Amino acid sequence: MNIVVCIKQVPDTATIRFEPRAERVDISGATLIINPMDEYAIEEGLRLREKYGGKVTAISLGTKETEETLRTAIALGIDEGILVSDPLFEGSDAYVTAYVLAQAIKKLGSFHLVLFGKSSSDNDTAWTGPAVAEFLGISDVTFVKKIEEISESRARVQRMMEEGYDLIETSLPAVFTVVKEINEPRLPSLKGKLKAKSYKVPIWAATDLGLDSTKFVKAGVKSELLRVWVPEARKGGTIFQGEPEDVAAQLVQALKEQQII
Amino acid sequence: MADFNGVVGVAEQRNGKLQSTSLEVLTVARKIADDLGTEVTAILLGSSDGDTPAERGADRVWMVSAPELEHFQAGVYNQVLGHLLAELKPEVIVGAATIAGKALFGRLAANLGTGLASDAVAIETDKEKRTVAVTRAVYGGNAVAQWVVRTLPQIITIRSKVFGEAKPNGEKGEVIQKDVPRELFSSPAKWLKSAEERGQSVNLSQADIIVSGGRGLRGPENFAMIDGLANALGGAVGASRAAVDAGWISYAHQVGQTGKTVNPKLYVACGISGAIQHLAGMQSSKCIVAINKDPEAPIFKIATYGIVGDLFVVVPALTQKLKAQNE
Repeated sequence: MNIVVCIKQVPDTATIRFEPRAERVDISGATLIINPMDEYAIEEGLRLREKYGGKVTAISLGTKETEETLRTAIALGIDEGILVSDPLFEGSDAYVTAYVLAQAIKKLGSFHLVLFGKSSSDNDTAWTGPAVAEFLGISDVTFVKKIEEISESRARVQRMMEEGYDLIETSLPAVFTVVKEINEPRLPSLKGKLKAKSYKVPIWAATDLGLDSTKFVKAGVKSELLRVWVPEARKGGTIFQGEPEDVAAQLVQALKEQQII
Repeated sequence: MADFNGVVGVAEQRNGKLQSTSLEVLTVARKIADDLGTEVTAILLGSSDGDTPAERGADRVWMVSAPELEHFQAGVYNQVLGHLLAELKPEVIVGAATIAGKALFGRLAANLGTGLASDAVAIETDKEKRTVAVTRAVYGGNAVAQWVVRTLPQIITIRSKVFGEAKPNGEKGEVIQKDVPRELFSSPAKWLKSAEERGQSVNLSQADIIVSGGRGLRGPENFAMIDGLANALGGAVGASRAAVDAGWISYAHQVGQTGKTVNPKLYVACGISGAIQHLAGMQSSKCIVAINKDPEAPIFKIATYGIVGDLFVVVPALTQKLKAQNE
Protein backbone atom coordinates (compact mmCIF):
# COMPACT_ATOMS: atom_id res chain seq x y z
CA MET A 1 0.00 0.00 0.00
CA ASN A 2 1.51 3.30 -1.07
CA ILE A 3 0.69 6.20 1.18
CA VAL A 4 1.34 9.91 0.90
CA VAL A 5 1.26 12.06 4.02
CA CYS A 6 0.96 15.81 3.53
CA ILE A 7 2.55 17.71 6.37
CA LYS A 8 2.94 21.37 7.22
CA GLN A 9 5.57 23.22 9.17
CA VAL A 10 4.03 25.60 11.69
CA PRO A 11 5.31 27.83 14.47
CA ASP A 12 4.61 26.22 17.85
CA THR A 13 1.80 28.44 19.16
CA ALA A 14 3.08 28.09 22.72
CA THR A 15 6.41 29.70 21.72
CA ILE A 16 4.97 32.72 19.89
CA ARG A 17 4.95 36.00 21.76
CA PHE A 18 1.64 37.67 21.11
CA GLU A 19 1.98 41.40 21.76
CA PRO A 20 -1.42 42.78 22.78
CA ARG A 21 -2.91 45.06 20.12
CA ALA A 22 0.01 44.38 17.74
CA GLU A 23 -0.90 44.62 14.05
CA ARG A 24 1.09 41.50 13.26
CA VAL A 25 2.13 38.17 14.67
CA ASP A 26 5.87 37.93 15.06
CA ILE A 27 6.84 34.30 14.56
CA SER A 28 10.57 34.96 14.16
CA GLY A 29 11.40 33.71 17.64
CA ALA A 30 9.05 30.74 17.58
CA THR A 31 10.08 27.10 17.38
CA LEU A 32 9.12 25.53 14.06
CA ILE A 33 7.45 22.15 14.39
CA ILE A 34 5.38 19.62 12.46
CA ASN A 35 1.76 20.71 12.68
CA PRO A 36 0.61 18.71 15.75
CA MET A 37 -2.37 17.11 13.95
CA ASP A 38 -0.05 15.89 11.16
CA GLU A 39 1.78 13.65 13.62
CA TYR A 40 -1.35 11.48 13.72
CA ALA A 41 -1.40 11.30 9.92
CA ILE A 42 2.26 10.21 9.89
CA GLU A 43 1.60 7.62 12.58
CA GLU A 44 -1.39 6.20 10.70
CA GLY A 45 0.71 5.96 7.53
CA LEU A 46 3.43 4.09 9.40
CA ARG A 47 0.95 1.69 11.01
CA LEU A 48 -0.64 0.89 7.65
CA ARG A 49 2.79 0.23 6.14
CA GLU A 50 3.69 -2.06 9.02
CA LYS A 51 0.50 -4.03 8.43
CA TYR A 52 0.25 -4.07 4.65
CA GLY A 53 3.75 -3.23 3.40
CA GLY A 54 4.50 -0.55 0.82
CA LYS A 55 5.93 2.90 1.15
CA VAL A 56 5.07 6.09 2.99
CA THR A 57 6.11 9.39 1.44
CA ALA A 58 5.78 12.76 3.15
CA ILE A 59 5.25 15.91 1.12
CA SER A 60 5.45 19.43 2.43
CA LEU A 61 5.05 22.75 0.72
CA GLY A 62 7.29 25.34 2.25
CA THR A 63 10.63 27.09 2.29
CA LYS A 64 14.15 25.73 2.75
CA GLU A 65 13.52 25.70 6.52
CA THR A 66 10.78 23.12 6.00
CA GLU A 67 13.49 20.53 5.27
CA GLU A 68 13.85 20.16 9.03
CA THR A 69 10.21 19.16 9.36
CA LEU A 70 10.62 16.54 6.65
CA ARG A 71 13.72 15.25 8.43
CA THR A 72 11.63 14.87 11.59
CA ALA A 73 9.16 12.80 9.56
CA ILE A 74 12.05 10.63 8.31
CA ALA A 75 13.20 10.16 11.91
CA LEU A 76 9.71 8.90 12.72
CA GLY A 77 10.02 6.25 10.01
CA ILE A 78 8.74 7.88 6.83
CA ASP A 79 10.52 6.41 3.75
CA GLU A 80 10.82 9.53 1.65
CA GLY A 81 10.28 13.23 2.38
CA ILE A 82 9.81 15.66 -0.48
CA LEU A 83 9.94 19.42 -0.19
CA VAL A 84 7.84 21.35 -2.68
CA SER A 85 9.33 24.79 -2.81
CA ASP A 86 9.48 27.65 -5.29
CA PRO A 87 9.45 31.45 -4.99
CA LEU A 88 6.33 31.22 -7.16
CA PHE A 89 4.48 29.56 -4.27
CA GLU A 90 5.10 32.37 -1.82
CA GLY A 91 1.90 33.95 -0.57
CA SER A 92 -0.11 30.85 -1.47
CA ASP A 93 -3.57 30.59 0.02
CA ALA A 94 -5.19 27.24 0.86
CA TYR A 95 -6.49 26.97 -2.71
CA VAL A 96 -3.06 27.26 -4.30
CA THR A 97 -1.49 25.07 -1.63
CA ALA A 98 -4.02 22.34 -2.37
CA TYR A 99 -3.52 22.72 -6.12
CA VAL A 100 0.26 22.46 -5.86
CA LEU A 101 0.10 19.50 -3.46
CA ALA A 102 -2.24 17.71 -5.87
CA GLN A 103 0.30 18.17 -8.69
CA ALA A 104 3.10 16.86 -6.46
CA ILE A 105 1.02 13.80 -5.50
CA LYS A 106 0.33 13.13 -9.20
CA LYS A 107 4.05 13.30 -9.92
CA LEU A 108 4.72 10.64 -7.28
CA GLY A 109 2.80 8.17 -9.40
CA SER A 110 0.55 5.46 -8.04
CA PHE A 111 -0.77 5.78 -4.50
CA HIS A 112 -3.63 4.31 -2.50
CA LEU A 113 -4.12 6.82 0.25
CA VAL A 114 -3.29 10.47 1.00
CA LEU A 115 -3.32 11.42 4.66
CA PHE A 116 -3.61 14.85 6.29
CA GLY A 117 -3.98 16.05 9.86
CA LYS A 118 -7.49 17.48 10.27
CA SER A 119 -6.28 21.09 10.32
CA SER A 120 -3.22 23.19 11.04
CA SER A 121 -2.56 24.95 14.31
CA ASP A 122 -1.85 28.31 12.65
CA ASN A 123 -4.70 28.97 10.21
CA ASP A 124 -6.94 26.05 11.17
CA THR A 125 -8.98 26.11 7.96
CA ALA A 126 -9.27 22.30 7.61
CA TRP A 127 -9.92 22.54 3.89
CA THR A 128 -6.62 21.72 2.19
CA GLY A 129 -7.30 17.96 2.32
CA PRO A 130 -10.77 18.04 0.73
CA ALA A 131 -9.55 20.51 -1.90
CA VAL A 132 -6.63 18.22 -2.80
CA ALA A 133 -9.10 15.35 -3.23
CA GLU A 134 -11.20 17.49 -5.57
CA PHE A 135 -8.13 18.45 -7.65
CA LEU A 136 -7.12 14.78 -7.83
CA GLY A 137 -10.67 13.74 -8.71
CA ILE A 138 -10.83 11.17 -5.89
CA SER A 139 -13.01 10.86 -2.81
CA ASP A 140 -12.17 12.14 0.64
CA VAL A 141 -13.24 11.48 4.18
CA THR A 142 -12.52 14.19 6.71
CA PHE A 143 -12.03 13.90 10.49
CA VAL A 144 -11.36 10.14 10.34
CA LYS A 145 -11.15 8.72 13.85
CA LYS A 146 -10.83 5.06 12.98
CA ILE A 147 -10.04 2.93 9.95
CA GLU A 148 -12.18 -0.16 10.48
CA GLU A 149 -11.15 -2.02 7.35
CA ILE A 150 -8.84 -1.24 4.48
CA SER A 151 -7.53 -2.92 1.35
CA GLU A 152 -5.79 -1.47 -1.67
CA SER A 153 -9.13 -0.75 -3.31
CA ARG A 154 -11.60 0.00 -0.47
CA ALA A 155 -11.80 1.30 3.07
CA ARG A 156 -14.44 1.58 5.75
CA VAL A 157 -13.81 4.38 8.21
CA GLN A 158 -15.43 6.28 11.05
CA ARG A 159 -15.73 10.01 10.52
CA MET A 160 -16.09 12.04 13.69
CA MET A 161 -19.27 14.15 13.77
CA GLU A 162 -20.64 16.56 16.37
CA GLU A 163 -22.74 13.94 18.13
CA GLY A 164 -20.79 10.76 17.42
CA TYR A 165 -19.56 9.38 14.15
CA ASP A 166 -20.62 8.43 10.63
CA LEU A 167 -19.49 5.17 9.11
CA ILE A 168 -18.28 5.78 5.56
CA GLU A 169 -17.21 3.34 2.88
CA THR A 170 -15.06 4.58 0.06
CA SER A 171 -13.07 3.24 -2.83
CA LEU A 172 -9.36 4.01 -2.90
CA PRO A 173 -7.38 6.01 -3.78
CA ALA A 174 -8.82 8.57 -1.41
CA VAL A 175 -7.81 11.43 0.86
CA PHE A 176 -8.37 11.05 4.60
CA THR A 177 -7.89 13.81 7.14
CA VAL A 178 -7.41 12.36 10.60
CA VAL A 179 -8.22 13.46 14.13
CA LYS A 180 -6.23 12.80 17.25
CA GLU A 181 -8.34 9.87 18.39
CA ILE A 182 -7.08 7.67 15.55
CA ASN A 183 -3.83 6.66 17.24
CA GLU A 184 -1.02 7.60 19.57
CA PRO A 185 2.03 8.84 17.67
CA ARG A 186 5.38 7.26 18.35
CA LEU A 187 8.62 9.04 19.15
CA PRO A 188 11.52 9.01 16.69
CA SER A 189 13.78 5.98 16.95
CA LEU A 190 17.56 6.17 17.16
CA LYS A 191 17.81 4.44 13.78
CA GLY A 192 15.36 6.94 12.34
CA LYS A 193 17.29 9.88 13.74
CA LEU A 194 20.49 8.60 12.15
CA LYS A 195 18.75 8.18 8.80
CA ALA A 196 17.28 11.66 9.07
CA LYS A 197 20.68 13.19 9.74
CA SER A 198 22.16 12.11 6.45
CA TYR A 199 18.91 12.25 4.46
CA LYS A 200 19.03 14.55 1.47
CA VAL A 201 15.59 16.09 0.98
CA PRO A 202 14.55 16.17 -2.70
CA ILE A 203 13.22 19.57 -3.68
CA TRP A 204 10.55 19.94 -6.35
CA ALA A 205 10.12 23.35 -7.89
CA ALA A 206 7.20 24.65 -9.94
CA THR A 207 8.74 23.50 -13.23
CA ASP A 208 9.20 19.97 -11.83
CA LEU A 209 5.43 19.89 -11.37
CA GLY A 210 4.73 21.24 -14.83
CA LEU A 211 3.59 24.54 -13.38
CA ASP A 212 4.97 27.37 -15.45
CA SER A 213 4.16 30.86 -14.27
CA THR A 214 1.43 31.51 -16.85
CA LYS A 215 -0.40 28.30 -16.02
CA PHE A 216 0.05 29.03 -12.38
CA VAL A 217 -1.56 32.44 -12.56
CA LYS A 218 -4.67 30.72 -13.87
CA ALA A 219 -4.86 28.52 -10.82
CA GLY A 220 -3.76 31.47 -8.75
CA VAL A 221 -4.51 32.86 -5.37
CA LYS A 222 -8.20 33.36 -4.63
CA SER A 223 -8.15 35.01 -1.26
CA GLU A 224 -6.24 37.83 0.32
CA LEU A 225 -5.18 38.43 3.88
CA LEU A 226 -6.21 42.01 4.69
CA ARG A 227 -4.79 42.28 8.16
CA VAL A 228 -3.79 40.42 11.28
CA TRP A 229 -3.95 41.68 14.81
CA VAL A 230 -3.62 40.49 18.35
CA PRO A 231 -6.77 41.18 20.32
CA GLU A 232 -6.71 42.75 23.75
CA ALA A 233 -5.95 39.94 26.18
CA ARG A 234 -8.95 38.68 28.11
CA LYS A 235 -8.81 39.80 31.71
CA GLY A 236 -9.57 37.86 34.84
CA GLY A 237 -12.65 38.94 36.76
CA THR A 238 -14.07 38.29 40.19
CA ILE A 239 -12.64 35.63 42.48
CA PHE A 240 -15.08 34.25 45.03
CA GLN A 241 -13.68 33.07 48.33
CA GLY A 242 -15.10 31.44 51.40
CA GLU A 243 -17.11 28.37 52.33
CA PRO A 244 -18.16 26.16 49.39
CA GLU A 245 -21.90 26.79 49.95
CA ASP A 246 -21.32 30.54 50.08
CA VAL A 247 -19.16 30.73 46.95
CA ALA A 248 -21.61 28.49 45.10
CA ALA A 249 -24.44 30.85 46.05
CA GLN A 250 -22.42 33.93 45.05
CA LEU A 251 -21.54 32.40 41.69
CA VAL A 252 -25.12 31.37 40.91
CA GLN A 253 -26.33 34.85 41.82
CA ALA A 254 -23.69 36.49 39.62
CA LEU A 255 -24.55 34.24 36.66
CA LYS A 256 -28.23 35.06 37.11
CA GLU A 257 -27.61 38.79 37.33
CA GLN A 258 -25.61 38.63 34.11
CA GLN A 259 -28.46 36.60 32.57
CA ILE A 260 -26.10 33.78 31.69
CA ILE A 261 -28.30 31.16 33.32
CA MET B 1 -18.91 40.52 -12.16
CA ALA B 2 -22.35 41.34 -13.49
CA ASP B 3 -22.94 37.68 -14.25
CA PHE B 4 -22.98 36.86 -10.58
CA ASN B 5 -25.97 37.83 -8.48
CA GLY B 6 -27.46 37.26 -5.06
CA VAL B 7 -26.49 35.47 -1.89
CA VAL B 8 -26.86 31.76 -1.23
CA GLY B 9 -27.23 30.29 2.25
CA VAL B 10 -26.54 26.57 2.39
CA ALA B 11 -28.74 24.99 5.07
CA GLU B 12 -27.77 21.74 6.71
CA GLN B 13 -30.31 19.24 7.99
CA ARG B 14 -29.81 16.22 10.20
CA ASN B 15 -32.65 13.72 10.33
CA GLY B 16 -34.86 16.31 8.68
CA LYS B 17 -34.14 18.99 11.28
CA LEU B 18 -32.56 22.28 10.28
CA GLN B 19 -29.31 22.63 12.20
CA SER B 20 -28.90 25.55 14.57
CA THR B 21 -25.80 26.82 12.75
CA SER B 22 -27.81 26.78 9.52
CA LEU B 23 -30.25 29.20 11.11
CA GLU B 24 -27.25 31.41 11.81
CA VAL B 25 -26.21 30.98 8.16
CA LEU B 26 -29.60 32.46 7.22
CA THR B 27 -28.99 35.44 9.53
CA VAL B 28 -25.65 36.13 7.86
CA ALA B 29 -26.92 35.54 4.31
CA ARG B 30 -29.81 37.98 4.94
CA LYS B 31 -27.46 40.61 6.37
CA ILE B 32 -25.07 40.40 3.40
CA ALA B 33 -27.95 40.44 0.90
CA ASP B 34 -29.42 43.54 2.57
CA ASP B 35 -26.00 45.24 2.50
CA LEU B 36 -25.64 44.45 -1.19
CA GLY B 37 -29.27 45.18 -2.05
CA THR B 38 -29.86 41.69 -3.37
CA GLU B 39 -31.77 38.50 -2.52
CA VAL B 40 -31.19 35.33 -0.54
CA THR B 41 -31.66 31.88 -2.00
CA ALA B 42 -31.40 29.12 0.57
CA ILE B 43 -30.36 25.70 -0.66
CA LEU B 44 -31.55 22.70 1.31
CA LEU B 45 -30.45 19.21 0.38
CA GLY B 46 -32.60 16.38 1.77
CA SER B 47 -35.96 16.73 3.45
CA SER B 48 -36.94 19.02 6.28
CA ASP B 49 -39.55 18.45 8.99
CA GLY B 50 -41.55 21.51 8.04
CA ASP B 51 -39.30 24.18 9.48
CA THR B 52 -38.15 25.95 6.35
CA PRO B 53 -35.57 28.61 5.53
CA ALA B 54 -38.40 30.23 3.51
CA GLU B 55 -39.88 31.49 6.78
CA ARG B 56 -36.56 32.59 8.19
CA GLY B 57 -35.45 35.34 5.88
CA ALA B 58 -34.77 33.53 2.61
CA ASP B 59 -36.50 35.04 -0.43
CA ARG B 60 -36.67 31.59 -1.96
CA VAL B 61 -35.59 28.06 -1.19
CA TRP B 62 -34.18 25.59 -3.63
CA MET B 63 -34.79 22.08 -2.37
CA VAL B 64 -33.46 18.86 -3.73
CA SER B 65 -34.98 15.76 -2.19
CA ALA B 66 -33.56 12.30 -2.74
CA PRO B 67 -32.74 9.37 -0.47
CA GLU B 68 -29.05 9.91 -1.25
CA LEU B 69 -29.25 13.41 0.27
CA GLU B 70 -30.88 12.43 3.57
CA HIS B 71 -27.49 11.93 5.17
CA PHE B 72 -24.47 14.12 4.70
CA GLN B 73 -22.16 12.78 2.00
CA ALA B 74 -19.42 15.24 1.09
CA GLY B 75 -18.89 13.94 -2.44
CA VAL B 76 -22.58 13.88 -3.40
CA TYR B 77 -23.35 17.21 -1.72
CA ASN B 78 -20.42 18.80 -3.52
CA GLN B 79 -21.63 17.54 -6.90
CA VAL B 80 -25.24 18.58 -6.36
CA LEU B 81 -24.32 21.99 -4.97
CA GLY B 82 -21.82 22.54 -7.77
CA HIS B 83 -24.60 21.86 -10.27
CA LEU B 84 -27.11 24.19 -8.59
CA LEU B 85 -24.56 26.97 -8.08
CA ALA B 86 -23.55 26.87 -11.74
CA GLU B 87 -27.15 27.79 -12.50
CA LEU B 88 -27.59 30.30 -9.67
CA LYS B 89 -24.22 32.06 -9.98
CA PRO B 90 -24.38 33.86 -6.63
CA GLU B 91 -21.92 36.54 -5.57
CA VAL B 92 -21.63 35.09 -2.08
CA ILE B 93 -22.19 31.60 -0.65
CA VAL B 94 -22.61 31.30 3.10
CA GLY B 95 -22.21 27.96 4.86
CA ALA B 96 -21.68 26.59 8.35
CA ALA B 97 -18.20 25.76 9.65
CA THR B 98 -19.54 22.56 11.21
CA ILE B 99 -17.72 19.26 10.72
CA ALA B 100 -19.88 18.59 7.66
CA GLY B 101 -19.33 22.16 6.45
CA LYS B 102 -15.56 21.82 6.81
CA ALA B 103 -15.73 18.66 4.71
CA LEU B 104 -17.95 20.23 2.07
CA PHE B 105 -16.91 23.80 1.38
CA GLY B 106 -13.18 23.22 0.84
CA ARG B 107 -14.05 20.68 -1.80
CA LEU B 108 -16.69 22.97 -3.28
CA ALA B 109 -14.21 25.87 -3.51
CA ALA B 110 -11.83 23.70 -5.50
CA ASN B 111 -14.75 22.46 -7.60
CA LEU B 112 -15.92 26.00 -8.42
CA GLY B 113 -12.38 27.33 -8.80
CA THR B 114 -12.91 29.99 -6.19
CA GLY B 115 -11.71 30.98 -2.74
CA LEU B 116 -13.07 30.24 0.71
CA ALA B 117 -12.79 32.35 3.84
CA SER B 118 -13.72 29.99 6.64
CA ASP B 119 -14.77 30.14 10.29
CA ALA B 120 -16.02 33.73 10.38
CA VAL B 121 -16.61 35.25 13.80
CA ALA B 122 -17.43 38.60 12.21
CA ILE B 123 -18.19 39.81 8.70
CA GLU B 124 -17.92 43.19 7.05
CA THR B 125 -19.53 43.95 3.70
CA ASP B 126 -17.85 46.40 1.35
CA LYS B 127 -20.84 47.76 -0.58
CA GLU B 128 -18.71 49.43 -3.27
CA LYS B 129 -16.51 46.46 -4.06
CA ARG B 130 -19.31 44.01 -3.22
CA THR B 131 -16.97 41.87 -1.14
CA VAL B 132 -17.37 40.32 2.27
CA ALA B 133 -14.37 40.43 4.61
CA VAL B 134 -14.24 37.62 7.12
CA THR B 135 -12.69 37.93 10.56
CA ARG B 136 -11.41 34.63 11.93
CA ALA B 137 -9.27 33.34 14.76
CA VAL B 138 -5.73 32.20 13.94
CA TYR B 139 -2.99 30.68 16.12
CA GLY B 140 -5.55 29.09 18.39
CA GLY B 141 -7.42 32.31 19.01
CA ASN B 142 -4.32 34.21 20.10
CA ALA B 143 -4.58 36.39 17.03
CA VAL B 144 -7.23 37.43 14.57
CA ALA B 145 -7.01 37.72 10.79
CA GLN B 146 -9.26 39.35 8.26
CA TRP B 147 -9.55 37.63 4.87
CA VAL B 148 -11.39 38.44 1.72
CA VAL B 149 -12.08 36.23 -1.28
CA ARG B 150 -11.12 37.90 -4.56
CA THR B 151 -12.97 35.58 -6.92
CA LEU B 152 -16.66 34.85 -7.46
CA PRO B 153 -18.57 33.29 -5.94
CA GLN B 154 -17.03 34.24 -2.61
CA ILE B 155 -17.52 31.33 -0.23
CA ILE B 156 -17.60 32.05 3.46
CA THR B 157 -18.30 29.74 6.38
CA ILE B 158 -19.34 30.87 9.84
CA ARG B 159 -18.55 29.57 13.30
CA SER B 160 -21.43 28.29 15.42
CA LYS B 161 -22.92 30.39 18.21
CA VAL B 162 -21.71 33.76 16.98
CA PHE B 163 -24.32 35.35 14.73
CA GLY B 164 -27.66 34.31 16.24
CA GLU B 165 -30.38 32.19 14.66
CA ALA B 166 -32.75 33.65 12.07
CA LYS B 167 -36.26 33.70 13.53
CA PRO B 168 -39.48 33.13 11.57
CA ASN B 169 -40.30 36.60 10.23
CA GLY B 170 -43.93 36.15 9.24
CA GLU B 171 -43.13 36.16 5.55
CA LYS B 172 -42.84 33.18 3.35
CA GLY B 173 -40.44 32.83 0.48
CA GLU B 174 -41.07 30.61 -2.48
CA VAL B 175 -40.04 26.95 -2.17
CA ILE B 176 -38.84 25.42 -5.41
CA GLN B 177 -38.19 21.71 -5.81
CA LYS B 178 -35.21 21.31 -8.10
CA ASP B 179 -34.44 18.27 -10.16
CA VAL B 180 -30.83 17.41 -10.77
CA PRO B 181 -29.30 14.66 -12.94
CA ARG B 182 -29.35 11.29 -11.15
CA GLU B 183 -25.68 10.66 -11.77
CA LEU B 184 -24.83 13.44 -9.30
CA PHE B 185 -26.16 11.21 -6.51
CA SER B 186 -23.42 8.63 -6.85
CA SER B 187 -19.99 9.03 -5.36
CA PRO B 188 -17.10 6.69 -4.52
CA ALA B 189 -17.68 7.44 -0.81
CA LYS B 190 -20.92 6.22 0.73
CA TRP B 191 -22.58 6.89 4.07
CA LEU B 192 -23.43 3.62 5.83
CA LYS B 193 -24.74 4.71 9.21
CA SER B 194 -24.53 7.31 11.96
CA ALA B 195 -23.74 6.36 15.53
CA GLU B 196 -24.39 8.61 18.49
CA GLU B 197 -21.98 8.88 21.32
CA ARG B 198 -23.43 9.90 24.65
CA GLY B 199 -26.12 11.78 22.73
CA GLN B 200 -26.39 15.52 23.03
CA SER B 201 -23.95 15.79 25.90
CA VAL B 202 -21.08 15.61 23.42
CA ASN B 203 -22.31 18.16 20.88
CA LEU B 204 -19.99 20.86 22.13
CA SER B 205 -20.18 23.20 19.15
CA GLN B 206 -23.96 23.57 19.51
CA ALA B 207 -24.01 23.84 23.31
CA ASP B 208 -24.84 27.09 25.10
CA ILE B 209 -23.26 25.79 28.27
CA ILE B 210 -20.25 23.49 28.64
CA VAL B 211 -18.84 22.04 31.84
CA SER B 212 -15.33 20.67 31.39
CA GLY B 213 -13.14 18.51 33.60
CA GLY B 214 -9.38 18.23 33.64
CA ARG B 215 -6.49 16.57 35.39
CA GLY B 216 -7.77 17.84 38.74
CA LEU B 217 -10.52 15.21 38.59
CA ARG B 218 -7.88 12.55 39.36
CA GLY B 219 -9.81 9.71 37.72
CA PRO B 220 -12.51 8.73 35.20
CA GLU B 221 -15.11 7.97 37.89
CA ASN B 222 -15.15 11.62 38.90
CA PHE B 223 -16.53 12.73 35.54
CA ALA B 224 -19.89 11.72 37.07
CA MET B 225 -19.57 14.92 39.09
CA ILE B 226 -19.03 16.92 35.89
CA ASP B 227 -22.04 15.17 34.32
CA GLY B 228 -24.07 16.17 37.38
CA LEU B 229 -23.16 19.85 37.11
CA ALA B 230 -23.67 19.81 33.32
CA ASN B 231 -27.10 18.27 33.89
CA ALA B 232 -28.08 20.87 36.44
CA LEU B 233 -27.06 23.60 33.97
CA GLY B 234 -28.50 21.84 30.92
CA GLY B 235 -25.09 21.81 29.27
CA ALA B 236 -22.67 19.52 27.49
CA VAL B 237 -19.55 17.89 28.92
CA GLY B 238 -16.08 18.89 27.82
CA ALA B 239 -12.59 17.85 28.86
CA SER B 240 -8.99 18.95 28.74
CA ARG B 241 -6.38 17.11 26.75
CA ALA B 242 -4.89 15.71 29.96
CA ALA B 243 -8.19 14.00 30.88
CA VAL B 244 -8.62 12.61 27.35
CA ASP B 245 -5.03 11.39 27.08
CA ALA B 246 -5.40 9.66 30.45
CA GLY B 247 -8.33 7.74 28.93
CA TRP B 248 -10.90 9.15 31.38
CA ILE B 249 -13.25 10.35 28.65
CA SER B 250 -13.45 10.05 24.86
CA TYR B 251 -11.73 12.40 22.43
CA ALA B 252 -15.10 13.70 21.21
CA HIS B 253 -15.22 15.74 24.43
CA GLN B 254 -11.80 17.34 24.09
CA VAL B 255 -11.69 21.13 23.97
CA GLY B 256 -8.54 22.84 22.76
CA GLN B 257 -6.03 23.07 19.99
CA THR B 258 -6.08 19.39 19.09
CA GLY B 259 -9.75 19.01 20.00
CA LYS B 260 -12.77 21.22 19.45
CA THR B 261 -13.04 24.97 19.43
CA VAL B 262 -16.12 26.08 21.31
CA ASN B 263 -17.88 29.34 21.84
CA PRO B 264 -20.63 28.83 24.44
CA LYS B 265 -22.40 31.41 26.58
CA LEU B 266 -20.97 29.75 29.68
CA TYR B 267 -17.85 27.61 30.04
CA VAL B 268 -17.13 26.05 33.42
CA ALA B 269 -13.57 24.72 33.77
CA CYS B 270 -13.19 22.31 36.68
CA GLY B 271 -9.70 21.22 37.66
CA ILE B 272 -8.24 22.61 34.44
CA SER B 273 -5.07 24.68 34.87
CA GLY B 274 -5.48 26.45 31.54
CA ALA B 275 -2.57 25.52 29.26
CA ILE B 276 -2.41 27.72 26.15
CA GLN B 277 -3.58 24.75 24.06
CA HIS B 278 -6.75 24.50 26.13
CA LEU B 279 -7.37 28.25 26.14
CA ALA B 280 -7.09 28.14 22.34
CA GLY B 281 -10.29 26.14 22.24
CA MET B 282 -12.46 28.07 24.68
CA GLN B 283 -11.23 31.60 25.32
CA SER B 284 -13.91 33.18 23.14
CA SER B 285 -16.64 31.85 25.46
CA LYS B 286 -18.82 34.69 26.70
CA CYS B 287 -18.51 33.82 30.38
CA ILE B 288 -15.79 31.60 31.82
CA VAL B 289 -15.98 30.12 35.30
CA ALA B 290 -12.86 28.48 36.70
CA ILE B 291 -12.79 26.15 39.68
CA ASN B 292 -9.29 25.20 40.71
CA LYS B 293 -7.39 24.74 43.93
CA ASP B 294 -4.26 26.45 42.62
CA PRO B 295 -4.70 30.24 42.83
CA GLU B 296 -1.80 30.65 40.36
CA ALA B 297 -3.48 28.53 37.64
CA PRO B 298 -3.41 30.45 34.32
CA ILE B 299 -7.12 29.78 33.83
CA PHE B 300 -7.88 32.45 36.47
CA LYS B 301 -6.21 35.09 34.28
CA ILE B 302 -9.02 34.77 31.74
CA ALA B 303 -11.92 33.62 33.92
CA THR B 304 -14.90 35.93 34.35
CA TYR B 305 -15.53 34.27 37.72
CA GLY B 306 -13.07 32.19 39.65
CA ILE B 307 -13.41 29.97 42.66
CA VAL B 308 -10.17 28.96 44.33
CA GLY B 309 -11.00 25.77 46.12
CA ASP B 310 -11.31 22.01 46.16
CA LEU B 311 -13.47 21.04 43.19
CA PHE B 312 -14.58 17.88 45.02
CA VAL B 313 -16.42 20.14 47.45
CA VAL B 314 -17.22 23.15 45.27
CA VAL B 315 -18.70 21.29 42.27
CA PRO B 316 -21.24 19.28 44.33
CA ALA B 317 -22.16 22.42 46.28
CA LEU B 318 -22.74 24.29 43.04
CA THR B 319 -24.77 21.41 41.59
CA GLN B 320 -26.93 21.31 44.74
CA LYS B 321 -27.50 25.04 44.64
CA LEU B 322 -28.56 24.93 40.98
CA LYS B 323 -30.83 21.93 41.53
CA ALA B 324 -32.51 23.70 44.43
CA GLN B 325 -33.09 26.73 42.20
CA ASN B 326 -34.49 24.60 39.39
CA GLU B 327 -37.10 22.99 41.64
